[in-house]
Amino acid sequence: MRIALLAPLLSIAMVGCAASSSDNKVQSNGSAETDKTERVRFSDNPYPSTYKPYPSAATVITGATVYDGEGGRIDSGVVFLSGGKIVSVGGPDTAIPDGATVLDGTGKYVTPGIIDVHSHLGNYPSPSVDAVSDGNEVTGPVTPDVWAEHGVWPQDPGFSRALANGGVTSLQILPGSANLFGGRSVTLKNVAARTTQAMKFPDAPYGLKMACGENPKRVYGSRRQKPGSRMGNLALNRQTWAKAVEYKRRWDKYADKGGTPPARNIGMDTLKGALEGKIKIHNHCYRADEMATVIDMAKEFGYTVSAFHHAVESYKIADLLRDNGICSAMWADWWGFKLEAYDGIPENAALVENAGACAIIHSDDEDQIQRLNQEAAKALADGRRMGLDISDATAIRWITYNAAKALGIEERTGSLKAGKMADVVLWNGNPLSVYSRPEKVWVDGALLYDANDPARRPVSDFELGQPGEGDVK
Amino acid sequence: MKKYLLFALALIAAPAAAETVAITGGKVVIGDGSAPVEGGTVVLRDGKVVAAGSDVSIPADARRVDATGRWVTPGIFAGFSRVGLSEIGAVSQTNDISGGSSAYNASIDVVPAINPKASAIAVNRTAGVTRAVVAPSTGRNIFAGFGAVIDLGQDYDAITKARAFQFVEFGESGAAEAGGSRSALYAEFRSMLAEAARYARGPVSYDSDILTRSDARALQDVINGRVRLVVHVERASDILQLIKLGREYPRIKLVMVGVSEGWLVADKIAASGIPVIASALNDLPESFESIAATQSNIGRMKRAGVNIAIGMINDWDQTQLRYSAQYAGNLVAIGKIPGASGLSWDEAFAAITSGPAKTLGIDGRIGSLRPGRAGDVVIWDGDPLELSSAPVMVMIDGVQQSLDNRQARLRERYRTPEEDTLPKAYER
Repeated sequence: MRIALLAPLLSIAMVGCAASSSDNKVQSNGSAETDKTERVRFSDNPYPSTYKPYPSAATVITGATVYDGEGGRIDSGVVFLSGGKIVSVGGPDTAIPDGATVLDGTGKYVTPGIIDVHSHLGNYPSPSVDAVSDGNEVTGPVTPDVWAEHGVWPQDPGFSRALANGGVTSLQILPGSANLFGGRSVTLKNVAARTTQAMKFPDAPYGLKMACGENPKRVYGSRRQKPGSRMGNLALNRQTWAKAVEYKRRWDKYADKGGTPPARNIGMDTLKGALEGKIKIHNHCYRADEMATVIDMAKEFGYTVSAFHHAVESYKIADLLRDNGICSAMWADWWGFKLEAYDGIPENAALVENAGACAIIHSDDEDQIQRLNQEAAKALADGRRMGLDISDATAIRWITYNAAKALGIEERTGSLKAGKMADVVLWNGNPLSVYSRPEKVWVDGALLYDANDPARRPVSDFELGQPGEGDVK
Repeated sequence: MKKYLLFALALIAAPAAAETVAITGGKVVIGDGSAPVEGGTVVLRDGKVVAAGSDVSIPADARRVDATGRWVTPGIFAGFSRVGLSEIGAVSQTNDISGGSSAYNASIDVVPAINPKASAIAVNRTAGVTRAVVAPSTGRNIFAGFGAVIDLGQDYDAITKARAFQFVEFGESGAAEAGGSRSALYAEFRSMLAEAARYARGPVSYDSDILTRSDARALQDVINGRVRLVVHVERASDILQLIKLGREYPRIKLVMVGVSEGWLVADKIAASGIPVIASALNDLPESFESIAATQSNIGRMKRAGVNIAIGMINDWDQTQLRYSAQYAGNLVAIGKIPGASGLSWDEAFAAITSGPAKTLGIDGRIGSLRPGRAGDVVIWDGDPLELSSAPVMVMIDGVQQSLDNRQARLRERYRTPEEDTLPKAYER
């Protein structure tokens, strides 16, 4: 009865429940499913992807060296793309279908499309001016209610550079690290589009950006607000998670027992999704000791961390990260720009790999996203120089499959396996060499960059009519 | 006698431990844009290059270093940096890059602030960087002060050339420093130079509301051309204005740094003769003054005849000078992309060795393996521009350098993350 009275006041997105749950149970022959469909519900995807793959032609690349993204390598390989999917990948004896465009890949290399697990393209775009700086909601340290996609400008010229120079086909745009809970991330396909929704990777899980360390305590401590210390960081994190657990409990109880629906809280919806494992936690965290604390905080409240980002000290606790199944998203060699980055070493990624933990090379940068392949190559070389045995194909996994895994899209992209999205890069040489560049890049089988064809090169609205428009950048 | 000689050498700041060395069998790169020489020899004596290339005679007393299968090159010369001026950029107590709100601007000199033991010096030395341009950042007006050229050696004697240049911000940054517009910037520049000229005519009676005595004194060597003026400028129209300004002040020796839109006016830069220390890979309209930024910029300027070097202004310029080689390699790579302009390998390597030295007029002293240059030699395990390569030996002024640094120590401590019978703090 109370529910019926409340119903007109609530969103049209919900389904009102006219009778008590006990009545329902009787009337629905005891079916719990029927019972639950009649609860107040909200869309968990109110801003859905409108991305549709662009037209593609059946294409075969022959004779190329293939890094499959999962650590495999095929010499003189054949890669067949059709209908936007990878159809087959194999050695020189692989059947070449009739009617497909055949590209001679002799002397060239094929990898999955590169994936950047940490980017601010669109929410800290070029030009770097206040008018389009939308990556941090610096008005409070706990903002799980903000969504990165609502601050992503699809006309950022950086997307095209990441495609043409870096072969990047998917990327996660995260809120910044000013806040403890920075908000929801969004995973995009690197396709030029009129709207951000038309870039969204269909049905990719959301991420939640969290941040350890210096940034939150500096930003708010300098305003004499909490947190002003690492203690404050943890205290506010724990208090927020405690509220989220309570919020989830209320909704779970409502789902189970009915009654008055809990008041909806947009930020808590995100945290509830994280507690349910539907939203991946991406935690900016440099120092080993802080990562260890976060691991226990996650256990305290019942969530898991997908990846620590900027994890410059992962090498100190690579065993712990392995045992907890947490990826480290790292730069190859950034260090020393702030105290929590002082112990960064160029062997970090290789040591994480060597310990059996999940290593990812990320950019967090509009320039390095254009050469993640080179960053992986440096990290690989530094590992080998200290005697670690790591294959070229493994280094490619750091910027493809492992990144996809941290984003929860590894069943659909990130490696060259039959049935997956045809997100593919043909390189004009070994991508682990400084002298190589993407020659062609396909997204869902559509050729969206071709070094030999100026017509296959996106130019954002911002650059149209400007000097250098359409230049090879 | 020998002892006395060594003492005398130390007094004039020559490298006390400089040996006579002959590095043989390697692929020798001179660094002046010439092609590498297979199986070449490099001879160093008294801290300087005696000869390099093929048909080099080896002195009987020389220590021989076999570099067969390796590359032998001059050390990398970082064309623009702030190395040694901070230990950790974001820890303000360690950061001496800008005078901030001090009363001193043009009269600031980076020399006393440079810490040869800054971690970044050892880290970049390990990566083959042996010399660097070190510039201050602006404080309260467009003039930042005097920059220096330093070596990245392990001793305390880092200064190669003090007061190598005066640094000034034009463009967007300069406009902001001048109060808010480019017009104000030009007014400030002209009036400060006029005040400096007035100081020259009567230093004792000099009094000014806009330029302090110490800054006026500092600008004397700029207006008389004894010290170069390095100008940060990006936009094409700003570059043209600067060229015009150069004609107005013909005695000032200008050098441009940044220059993202240089390719749009490359012929005019070339005609002006002003050398350029350019950012290599900037290809985004990161600001409205670099709308036309492209990685073809340096290649196009080079083709137009501009005297060009690679520098890293505002791009990890305190910590990552080692990117110079990666950037140079990328310029070779883009030469293979249809429609793009890059550099040949020889040009690219020169852009990070003799190139910066040339822009500052000190290529007779450093930056290549031509006879008489400082004995800065790096032996690499492969192509120095390739990502997989690293130095196996670094010499500065003929002195072999340690390749150890904090990062290497951390790496060894955590080779395995698990602790042994004692905490990690005991592993060293």
